[in-house]
Amino acid sequence: MISVRKVSFNYPDGPQVLHDVNLEVKDGEFVAIMGENGAGKTTLVKMFNGLLKPAKGTVAIDGVETKERSVAQVSRDVGLIFQNPDSQLFAETVTQELGFSLRNFGFSEDVIQKRVTSFLHLLDLEQYATASPFVLSGGERKRVALAAILVWDPKHVIMDEPTIGQDYLQKERLRNLITQLVSQGKSIVIVTHDVEFVAECKPRVVLLSHGTIIGDGPAEHILTDPKLVDQASLKMPQIAILMNNLPSADRSREIIDVYSARDFLLPRIRTGTGTTQSPQKVA
Amino acid sequence: MEQVSFTIEKGEFVILTGPSGCGKTTLCRCLNGLIPNFYSGDLTGELEVDGVNVEGKSTAELATHVGFVFQNPENQLFSLSVERDVGFGLENLGVPRGEAIKRVEWAMRATGVLELRDKAPHELSGGQQQRAAIAGILAMRPNVLVLDEPTSFLDPKSAEEIVAVIAKLGHELGLTILLVEHRLDIVSRYADRVVIMDGGRIQLDGAPREVYNDQARLIGIGLPRVTMLAHLLRKEGFNLSNSITVEEASNDLRRLLLDR
Amino acid sequence: MSLRFVQGFKFTKLDTPIHNLDPRSKFLLILGFFTTALMFTNIFVLLVVILVQIPVVLMAKTVKRWLQSMRGGALYAVFIFAANLIFGTPLVQAIAFGIRFLGIVSAFSLFFMTTSADDLGLALEKIHAPYAIAFTFTTAVRLVPTMAIDAQTVVDAQRSRGLELDKGNLMKRIRNYIPILIPLIISAIRRSVELAEALEARAFGATEKRTSIATLKMHFADYVVILLTIIGLDLAVYVYLRVPLPNPVIPIQVPHIKL
Repeated sequence: MISVRKVSFNYPDGPQVLHDVNLEVKDGEFVAIMGENGAGKTTLVKMFNGLLKPAKGTVAIDGVETKERSVAQVSRDVGLIFQNPDSQLFAETVTQELGFSLRNFGFSEDVIQKRVTSFLHLLDLEQYATASPFVLSGGERKRVALAAILVWDPKHVIMDEPTIGQDYLQKERLRNLITQLVSQGKSIVIVTHDVEFVAECKPRVVLLSHGTIIGDGPAEHILTDPKLVDQASLKMPQIAILMNNLPSADRSREIIDVYSARDFLLPRIRTGTGTTQSPQKVA
Repeated sequence: MEQVSFTIEKGEFVILTGPSGCGKTTLCRCLNGLIPNFYSGDLTGELEVDGVNVEGKSTAELATHVGFVFQNPENQLFSLSVERDVGFGLENLGVPRGEAIKRVEWAMRATGVLELRDKAPHELSGGQQQRAAIAGILAMRPNVLVLDEPTSFLDPKSAEEIVAVIAKLGHELGLTILLVEHRLDIVSRYADRVVIMDGGRIQLDGAPREVYNDQARLIGIGLPRVTMLAHLLRKEGFNLSNSITVEEASNDLRRLLLDR
Repeated sequence: MSLRFVQGFKFTKLDTPIHNLDPRSKFLLILGFFTTALMFTNIFVLLVVILVQIPVVLMAKTVKRWLQSMRGGALYAVFIFAANLIFGTPLVQAIAFGIRFLGIVSAFSLFFMTTSADDLGLALEKIHAPYAIAFTFTTAVRLVPTMAIDAQTVVDAQRSRGLELDKGNLMKRIRNYIPILIPLIISAIRRSVELAEALEARAFGATEKRTSIATLKMHFADYVVILLTIIGLDLAVYVYLRVPLPNPVIPIQVPHIKL
């Protein structure tokens, strides 16, 4: 469990970035941290793996405060994937890139080999095993960075803006991967401002604005609240806006994705109140 | 990129989209001479932009015809104040000082960054930085504006604002706009045409409503959600147009629900 | 500690008479301090060189960071003092050399804290240095904070993969910097390519005859500063040639160290 209690933080000689933040992420939860640029999202998640230590309050991973451990020790349980894969890639081959963290954490060579092979497979990178990470495309480099963190099997996985620069198919692949990781019992935290992506995954949403949490709840509740959404410089999901425009009998404030909308609307269009009419067929 | 052919009329707002690696980035860099001058390779075929045959011309020569706005706002601002940055291109072109000052004022006003004139780039938000970058390009008075995923690093609100600014400027100034984008839900309402590329070729080219069809879906384009919903409901037998904006979809659905 | 020292050379935008001076007159002033400091070895004069700068620092409202650069410089000043003592310089003289160093650091700190890179670039242009040099300089300065952030990000990212920079013997520690250097270099290269593309799009190099929108104009204050600097330098030369200076000697001898 990731536990954040009464945390405040400011960079040296800088303004306060986080004020009295309280947050708990249970094992196996999927959480999206959203908010405007500069809200403090990246600062907050850097506290989850000990890169930053709180000025006030405590951050504890599975009961142990991060203040009492080194970054390497906390990272063993909390994997943080940075937004830009180029800030990590350095090895001669993708295989070595994946092996880097395993060697740092002291895994034995045969375990390293097995793990690297299986994660190359999981992220569809087998064909690039001996390729240099630098010749790969942007999307592929992002997958290598992802694999390089997942490979040591951290209990909690944090992704900072995983959808930037990704096209629709890549995002679908990411969604499936997250589902898989959650089913393995891992906690997944993503920092993002991709509202449609979140609308499709429907995680718990924590809204951060100017360093404080202004909303915390299911995506369907948070992303449909116009005040909160505006304060965090976000937009409501298109489907949610659409739902708001429908006659009140057919409105639902909890529908934010396409398939739920279809399932909700179909019976209503078919039967509805008052007149019954057979559905009009497309010409 | 292979066998790519198309024509864009003056004043059109065209969206260029496609899955990663489809060639859209390559294509737009041919338009202002970055290919083949900056990036080497083999380029064959004819390319005319703003009445100018691009062949043999450097990017600098084409800059007064084709303006280019890049994805990352941070790496296209050069000076320590917005005002100086907007004038940078004009200084490089040797535009006389009096004229340059006028154009800088005009460009800053047109993009809404006049009050930010003394601020340094790192003091601005992403959306403000992109607006400053656009001002710097506009000041050179190109007739064609190419923008390569300008909203990538922006939050949803800023993304919407900047696209609205681009559309407004295009309309007011009669600019021809080519916008490379993934976020079709934001930009579709402004587009005259959408060009979809895949595997280095143009696969679809037409008005958004025509082009957001099954083939686009198969290519893997992220269509506006309301368009996807309309498609799903049509599959169930209901009469819905291929709406591309929330307003259209709302009207269609209201009609369907009230006509029960 | 070393990072704090650098803060004493960073520019901040403030509205003070010193900040608003033309960079050329400012540089002349700093050059005046520098030359005077080099001319003399007398402890009283060298102290005066520093003391005279203090009202300037006050006018520029940069006291706190000036003190930071002084504190950082003090370490090197002590080193100079000690090195001189070891080689047999009289005590007061050794102190004077340390003070001279501080005087020079102070002058340059003043200059860089009150002059933006843009203005420096402008000044270089106005004195007809090749444009490429002025631009390279301005861009380099502009990129320093950006690259510092990049460097921090890389360090963070690799530490998050279990890299421990403070462990191991010397060889291991050096090798541990490879995962830091390579991403830094690569991202610097990528950034340069993006910047170069953007420069092309802004018609960089389109013509040899560049115009300059911004201008540097000398105002009354600048002429006053230039006049004062010239007077000050004349006075310094006069004192150097004609005025016998008190030369205190403290009869403490550091034992010669046989090397």
